[in-house]
Amino acid sequence: MFGVGLVLVMFALLLIRFVYLQIVKHSHYETLAENNRISIVPIVPSRGVIVDRNGEILARNYSGYTLEITPSKVADIETLIGELSLLVDITAKDRKRFKKLLAESRNFESLPIRNRLSDEEVARFAAQRYRFKGVDIKARLFREYPHRELTSHFIGYIGRINEQDMSLLEASEDAPNYLGSDYIGKIGIEQSYEKTLHGTTGIQRVEVDSAGREVRTISSTAPVSGNGLTLTLDVKLQAVAEQAFGPYRGAMVAIDPSNGEILAFVSKPGYDPNLFIDGIDEQSWDELSNSPDVPLNNRALRGQYPPGSTIKPFMALAGLALGKRNASYTISDPGYFSLPNTSHRYRDWKLDGHGSVDLFKSVVVSCDTYYYGLANELGIDNIYNFMSQFGFGKKTGIDLEGEVSGLMPSSEWKQRRHKQIWYPGDTISVGIGQGYNLVTPLQLAAATATLANDGTAHRPHLVKKIQPVPNALTNPLPDAPPASNSTTDSALNNPLTTPMGNPPINLNPEHLGLVKRAMVAVTKPGGTAAGAGWGVPYVMAGKTGTAQVINIKQGEKYDEKKVNERHRDHAWFIAFAPAEQPKIALAVLVENGGHGSSTAAPIARKVLDYFLLGKIPKPLPIIKEADNAPGD
Amino acid sequence: MLQEIRHRLWQRLIVHIEPVLLSALALLMCISLLVIYSASGGNWNRVLGQGVNILVALMALWFAANLPLHYLMRIAVPIYIVGMLMLIGVALFGEINNGARRWLNLGIITIQPSEIMKIAVPLMMAWYFEKNEATLKLRNYLVATVLLLMPVLLILRQPDLGTAILIAASGFFVLFLAGLSWRIIIALAVAALASAPVLWSMLHDYQRQRILMLFDPEQDALGKGYHTIQATIAVGSGGILGKGYLNGTQSHLDFLPERTTDFIFAVYSEEFGLLGNLILLGLYLFVIARGFMITANASTYFTRLMAGSITLTFFTYAFVNMGMVSGILPVVGVPLPLVSYGGTSMVTLLLGFGILMSIETHKKLVQT
Repeated sequence: MFGVGLVLVMFALLLIRFVYLQIVKHSHYETLAENNRISIVPIVPSRGVIVDRNGEILARNYSGYTLEITPSKVADIETLIGELSLLVDITAKDRKRFKKLLAESRNFESLPIRNRLSDEEVARFAAQRYRFKGVDIKARLFREYPHRELTSHFIGYIGRINEQDMSLLEASEDAPNYLGSDYIGKIGIEQSYEKTLHGTTGIQRVEVDSAGREVRTISSTAPVSGNGLTLTLDVKLQAVAEQAFGPYRGAMVAIDPSNGEILAFVSKPGYDPNLFIDGIDEQSWDELSNSPDVPLNNRALRGQYPPGSTIKPFMALAGLALGKRNASYTISDPGYFSLPNTSHRYRDWKLDGHGSVDLFKSVVVSCDTYYYGLANELGIDNIYNFMSQFGFGKKTGIDLEGEVSGLMPSSEWKQRRHKQIWYPGDTISVGIGQGYNLVTPLQLAAATATLANDGTAHRPHLVKKIQPVPNALTNPLPDAPPASNSTTDSALNNPLTTPMGNPPINLNPEHLGLVKRAMVAVTKPGGTAAGAGWGVPYVMAGKTGTAQVINIKQGEKYDEKKVNERHRDHAWFIAFAPAEQPKIALAVLVENGGHGSSTAAPIARKVLDYFLLGKIPKPLPIIKEADNAPGD
Repeated sequence: MLQEIRHRLWQRLIVHIEPVLLSALALLMCISLLVIYSASGGNWNRVLGQGVNILVALMALWFAANLPLHYLMRIAVPIYIVGMLMLIGVALFGEINNGARRWLNLGIITIQPSEIMKIAVPLMMAWYFEKNEATLKLRNYLVATVLLLMPVLLILRQPDLGTAILIAASGFFVLFLAGLSWRIIIALAVAALASAPVLWSMLHDYQRQRILMLFDPEQDALGKGYHTIQATIAVGSGGILGKGYLNGTQSHLDFLPERTTDFIFAVYSEEFGLLGNLILLGLYLFVIARGFMITANASTYFTRLMAGSITLTFFTYAFVNMGMVSGILPVVGVPLPLVSYGGTSMVTLLLGFGILMSIETHKKLVQT
């Protein structure tokens, strides 16, 4: 009897347990079983291709072979890598990178130990494949920038997603779209158009066994390739400009004044962005980061320089617009300017002065004395208000991240920044673009474009068109439902590419005409850029400028030859052409290039010649400096 | 004439087979083949292997069923002594396999003496009680307990916790059926509890791990607790109707360990659900009930003890296995009786049922 009772009680106990597991907690265990068996495998979309305005490819993908290890299938990874290195060249750097990947990896991922295998290496491994369980050769898409240095400062590059990128992605809720992605835009257009270029990750739900091996595909959603970008930039013009710089460092930005399209965007020297994609090696990094030429610095976007005399056409317009000057107002230039009741002399670059100078001549010969007086009469806050309309002291809003705003000083600014009142003496040097004010080459180019366009500003931008990629071309899995185009739509509305929309600056056409004529005369005999303008078959308007790097003491003469090469003045030249119907406006900065007329203007001429005439310049003769020029 | 001979031969063949019990056993063995096919991922070799196991075990059953009861009485002591000698042999020079010393190489065959003891121990104890039936004293129970504990401790040392538990259970059932008084059982239980620390110290690390794991399998989800967790997931995800034959994901995707042997119940339960479990429990209950009936009808003290012990041991198999797979008992390595893959346990079990049938059918012959 006891036996029967024991059996019944114990079986009842089992039954209760079964009911508990299979009814009460069924959904819980069902979920656990599903999680066990189903794994989500992302299918990485191919990244959008970037082309210039003529369709020349600037960033593309190519498929290459990687040697990949699936750690879960390998017992001893160290030994395996050792054996693999006998077949395929595996550097210490590869090993380091693999270890890092391994530490960050998800369970059953296969991780690349070597990228970009040569055909020979692929063949060699394929013959020995049977020896290596858990090692595969996989075709992957790689990013490549065929123009290397030439496009580095605006295309930027992609790089492996790091922790910082990951936390940003998580904050922006884009993280799911990056499940399988290894790369993200780090800088340049690759960064600012990341969402557009990346595309939508496809999802494959696969059944896996306990070892993580794929058993079968349950369902899949095809990835949607990233949209392509067509830039406003002309890479041939870019090449002409780069070449025109010769041995010099510097920057040049060329803009279509009628719409803000950036035609060339130079920052010299550049760097090879391809180095950064898979993590730059130490040696290359040291070379780039320790170079005195700071190739990683985007001078066009982030370099801040005093505008020097290139500010004068804008100052002239301010004098005319605010009624302090007219076309016939003439000064007599003794070679210096002094504030009333002071002895300090603000010197003209020409020691004995320019004689009788009106507004037209002041631009043509770049008379400092004229602008000392004008600035003094205008006062800093009037200057500030007028100049701000041209974008001085403000970011242009270009579709690149990291832009700096330059500096247009005002009395309020000085109070805030330096806790000091503005002295009248501070205004004088602002009149010739020295003093406190700073501009970026991009900013000066944009301001020149606004001037060329009679006061209507357009936001400078690099992307002309977003090219949605037809789904069929990129869809490796047929019969998948078409993905939504929502990313495309939002990208098309990218605020970075919309025009500025500022109301045109209220400028008297007569004033504009006068200043423009004077700028044309700059490039004619008697003007400061006569050499660069010699024989020009179109009407070229320009203005030279020199930005001091070191201060010259009172009563001392600046002697280019005596100054260390790195301490020489920076040369500026702004230009637009054809003057009557400008198609291009630009600003050239040559670091330590001395006077604008000698180095910057000829570069501008070559760019304009190519752009307007299609003339391909002969390589600039490399000017050998007589002394202490470092060999760069 | 020929037909007559054939008929009588057939009669001779089946006369000691108990058809009701055999039917239930056959159903369980069908389930075994069915589930092994699924659990092995459609491996016919595995199914065939189990088929062979079943055939061999059926022969053992026939042999045992035809064994007259007085032979059983006569061989009880020799079997026990031989078994004990072999257990000692194992302890001294047994073959080590997977960290356990369970096998004895006899030159021609390698055998696992602990399996013999599953029958020999209750047989010996039943024989002992039969011999002393008239004058049972506490001393007799103590002797019987010693007869039980000697092999159990040797097997525990091998270590083979599962077999030790089953033999201890079978012996305990004999003691119990022999009329050991409640007071003594309770006293023994208290003594057992008191000696738990001693027993604990005798256990191997992996055995302690398994017992500890019972209380918190999540503690070591990828290590020792993995078996229990995955088995519980399989059972729970089966739901009421199960995922369907051959559709168990836990088993087919390799998440379940020892799918055809100790954890076969998880495969079965995942694919056939609560309904399947009820059917299986029902079949086991039926077999046990039949066993109890045979016990109740047994004509001698010896056969009553044997029948009861065999029946309750069978129950213990089923309960411990289903209990450990569904996560209420520690994983101790007890197969699901008649379903798990394995020749040894199948033969031992059917030998037991053969004895049950012998007890039932030879009694009838005596009566008529």
